[in-house]
Amino acid sequence: MCSLCSFFKSTIGRKILMALSGLVLVLFVLGHMLGNLQIFLGAEVINAYAHKLHHVLPSSGLWAIRLFLLGTVAVHIWTAISLTLDNRKARPQGYEHDKPIQASYGARTMRMSGVILLFFILFHIAHYTARVVPSMEYGEEGVLSETMVPLVKHGEVVMKEGEPIMTFNVNDMMVQGFDVWWVSVFYIIATGLLCLHLSHGFSSMFQSVGLRNTLWRKRLDQAALVYGWVVFLGFAVIPVACLTNILEVDPTGGAAEPVAAITETLHK
Amino acid sequence: MEKTMNLTLRVWRQKNRLDVGKFVEYKLENISEDSSFLEMLDILSEQLVEGGHEPVAFDHDCREGICGMCSMTINGVPHGPEGGITACQLHMRHFHDGQIITIEPWRAKPFPVIKDLVVDRTAMDKIIQAGGFITGRAGSAVDANAMPIDKQTADYAMDAAACIGCGACVAACPNASAMLFTAAKVAHMNSLPQGKAEKNRRSLAMVTTMDGEGFGGCTNIGECEAACPKGIPLDMIAQLNRDYALAQVKNFFQPVL
Repeated sequence: MCSLCSFFKSTIGRKILMALSGLVLVLFVLGHMLGNLQIFLGAEVINAYAHKLHHVLPSSGLWAIRLFLLGTVAVHIWTAISLTLDNRKARPQGYEHDKPIQASYGARTMRMSGVILLFFILFHIAHYTARVVPSMEYGEEGVLSETMVPLVKHGEVVMKEGEPIMTFNVNDMMVQGFDVWWVSVFYIIATGLLCLHLSHGFSSMFQSVGLRNTLWRKRLDQAALVYGWVVFLGFAVIPVACLTNILEVDPTGGAAEPVAAITETLHK
Repeated sequence: MEKTMNLTLRVWRQKNRLDVGKFVEYKLENISEDSSFLEMLDILSEQLVEGGHEPVAFDHDCREGICGMCSMTINGVPHGPEGGITACQLHMRHFHDGQIITIEPWRAKPFPVIKDLVVDRTAMDKIIQAGGFITGRAGSAVDANAMPIDKQTADYAMDAAACIGCGACVAACPNASAMLFTAAKVAHMNSLPQGKAEKNRRSLAMVTTMDGEGFGGCTNIGECEAACPKGIPLDMIAQLNRDYALAQVKNFFQPVL
């Protein structure tokens, strides 16, 4: 058997793949959270950030990153399924008196939290990336009619060839999306499950690649808990802020003041 | 005066490998709290024999916690509720009068039940056969300190060598994984200069055999460490993961197996 095949076939090899794909996702989640939190800095900031994400690379580069992330999720899911099937086969008859000695709830429910998170990710992509969830589309007939707003940077509308650059109003998309209460509840529950998933996964990935010992196990377990809570709070605060009207829609995309300033200058 | 207790036992009874098996309930009276768990089972078996029934079959040998033969899951915990001991070192003083005690064999596909509480642990021997040895001829014993080994390494290898191969790690793991057992054997051999020469070959061969015998994978939840009567730490599984990964990389460029 070729050595790569034997690596992928072995339980340890698949666990290492799970750990490495998990690491990519752990880092992505942090970046995604920090990006999202910019909504608190104003509509123009989050809109400019979204514009940058879409235009800093050519579209082929953007798609390469998207496919890489989807591939990472696919590897994570494949290793989870194939290892779970092997693990089930190894214990055909369970114990009647079956209770864990010390394993944490998060560690024992990785499959449950993982499966629900998969459905969440699918919904999330349909909801905010593809924007195809029925009755929650954005566009002329959907929730938002005015979706394009001028791009604002440093308090000024960015102009190109005498015309303002128009960009998608991500601020209003998020605020209006989260104004649907059950969507917000689903997002908050899902990020809670993400916290649970990370409370085991964050530390576990170090074990799988062999970079953990008794001393660092304690530290990494605590770090995992902190990381899980930070990610949970960082994500959940946005739907909560939308539901409590701390964040509000801005149909001008933060361009009201700069436009007024420009108009004023023109009048002078 | 010594205290005694009355107990209800729910014991797994299975005639042979092919039998389906079932729990049978037994009442035991006046068990001394000073008797060991296995002595309590001996008393049960004597009563069964007197009544013309088959005694309960269970594995045991040294009865002092070093042979690794005794293997039973007591109220869901391999070797019973007291940590760091084998079933033979467990005493009835840790139970109370009127308690219902469920006794099951190790549950794992690679450990088929032979009879009642006795399981076949040949699969673990096969893992040892795959790499738990040093190929070179050892000759007669060398002087004690002829080969310098630092204290930390020697202690670590000794801790790994404490594994008695009882299989409690497999029994405790929800995936019936033999990672802690294999890790202890690999850590023991790979840490010392005598074993280092064959480190890569050993890591690959033992893991391949472990997977091939039908043990599950590790989910890093630590139930094995909690059940281990010898306190083998999860560190050793991390080392196995590391040694295996490095061996795979080396094997990719220059086959070692």
